[in-house]
Amino acid sequence: MIDHPRAEELLDAVAGWIDGVRSELNPRDAFLARVAANALSVVRRELVQGAAAEAAATQRLSALLGRDGSVAELNADLCTRLREGAMDRDTPGLLAALKANIVEQIAIDQPNYAPEPGRPA
Amino acid sequence: MQGEVFEALKGLAPTLGGEGAQIADLQRLSGGASMETWAFAVVGGRGREELILRRRSAPFDPEAARSVSLEVEAALITAASAVGAPVAPLVHLARPQDGLGEAHITRRISGETLGRKIVSDPRFEAVRPGLARQCGAILAQIHSATPPAGLKSVDALEELARYEEVYRNSGAERPILELAFQHLKKHAPPPRPAVLLHGDFRNGNLMVDPEQGVAAVLDWELSHLGDPAEDLGWICVNSWRFGRSDRPVGGFGEYRDLLDGYVAAGGEEIPLSRVLYWQALGSLKWGVMCLMMYASYANGTEVSVERPMIGRRVSETEIDLVTLLENGL
Repeated sequence: MIDHPRAEELLDAVAGWIDGVRSELNPRDAFLARVAANALSVVRRELVQGAAAEAAATQRLSALLGRDGSVAELNADLCTRLREGAMDRDTPGLLAALKANIVEQIAIDQPNYAPEPGRPA
Repeated sequence: MQGEVFEALKGLAPTLGGEGAQIADLQRLSGGASMETWAFAVVGGRGREELILRRRSAPFDPEAARSVSLEVEAALITAASAVGAPVAPLVHLARPQDGLGEAHITRRISGETLGRKIVSDPRFEAVRPGLARQCGAILAQIHSATPPAGLKSVDALEELARYEEVYRNSGAERPILELAFQHLKKHAPPPRPAVLLHGDFRNGNLMVDPEQGVAAVLDWELSHLGDPAEDLGWICVNSWRFGRSDRPVGGFGEYRDLLDGYVAAGGEEIPLSRVLYWQALGSLKWGVMCLMMYASYANGTEVSVERPMIGRRVSETEIDLVTLLENGL
């Protein structure tokens, strides 16, 4: 573990500095400063949650496809099977695996995003 | 650039405001790489009038572009106005001798265009419940208008083919986008006669007044001919609901109100399933556009911090698409 400071602490320090100077910036730069602060938040969440999310995604895709591989290999394989029609919306377990993966991805990218509501069962 | 625009407008002032009219308060509002928007006033014997200048600053290639020329945009505004749709009326289409290049001038309509304010600001509480129905009625009007010459016609399969090519060229391998392409290609609704579409009818392109609701439909540059459900579905894409995903139409209303307003204003009955199909296609298009904006950073064309961050919005379209598929799309 590299610490004193940890990577998250460095990110927080930079984010805090951006916040402090934002009010002095012209409107365009103030907007970009907000985007930059958001980018740091994404990095922070990815540092904390990324490894577990990727491991879980790999496991789900492995189970769905019946093979091992990295998450990139498994995603590529799944894309090929979907493109060739070997799998589609009605393939058992497909939507559940994709949903679980994307829920963890959006928790990193945009945790406050309010997704399309599910239809009540 | 401000000086050049001011001089050109000064020359036009008598045309806009009568003999002796003056140009005042010229201010650039926004501008992408190819289009500028300016606000100004003309002050003359008839009083003061607030106007908007739209002006293309980069050469326009009508073959390659998705958007229409400003001349066609002016014709669209006039055609929509003729059938009663609320627009910012055209005041002047620039001629070569005006020195503005490709440009037009419209009246400036007051109100709010920021989607988040329209869905959440208490100022809009009184009009909000009526907005979805009003949007349906406006779309029925637009779809009944006589299209100006020179518009492209696009159906669902052509739209999917266009975006699938862009997606393939990006090299990205995203299973939800792949599934959405294949599913939407397989389940395209039967083709129907094309009508005039706005092409970008969503919360963000509507000027909303706290008393009268939708006061003007803006940004006509993506107008084309196609399936009426394309416009109805686009305003329902969750990315334009600004956090109010529980209100499917623009973050302010219900599907039923949108479709009832459409029929009451003379539009045909359109099944909700067809609107949901186009809503999903809309999410998929927006997802691919986000990928492209990231690509423009990755290949060095754009250096702003904004572009790569938009790439992290692809996942919002993916969670919406997988949910629509779970819901039975």
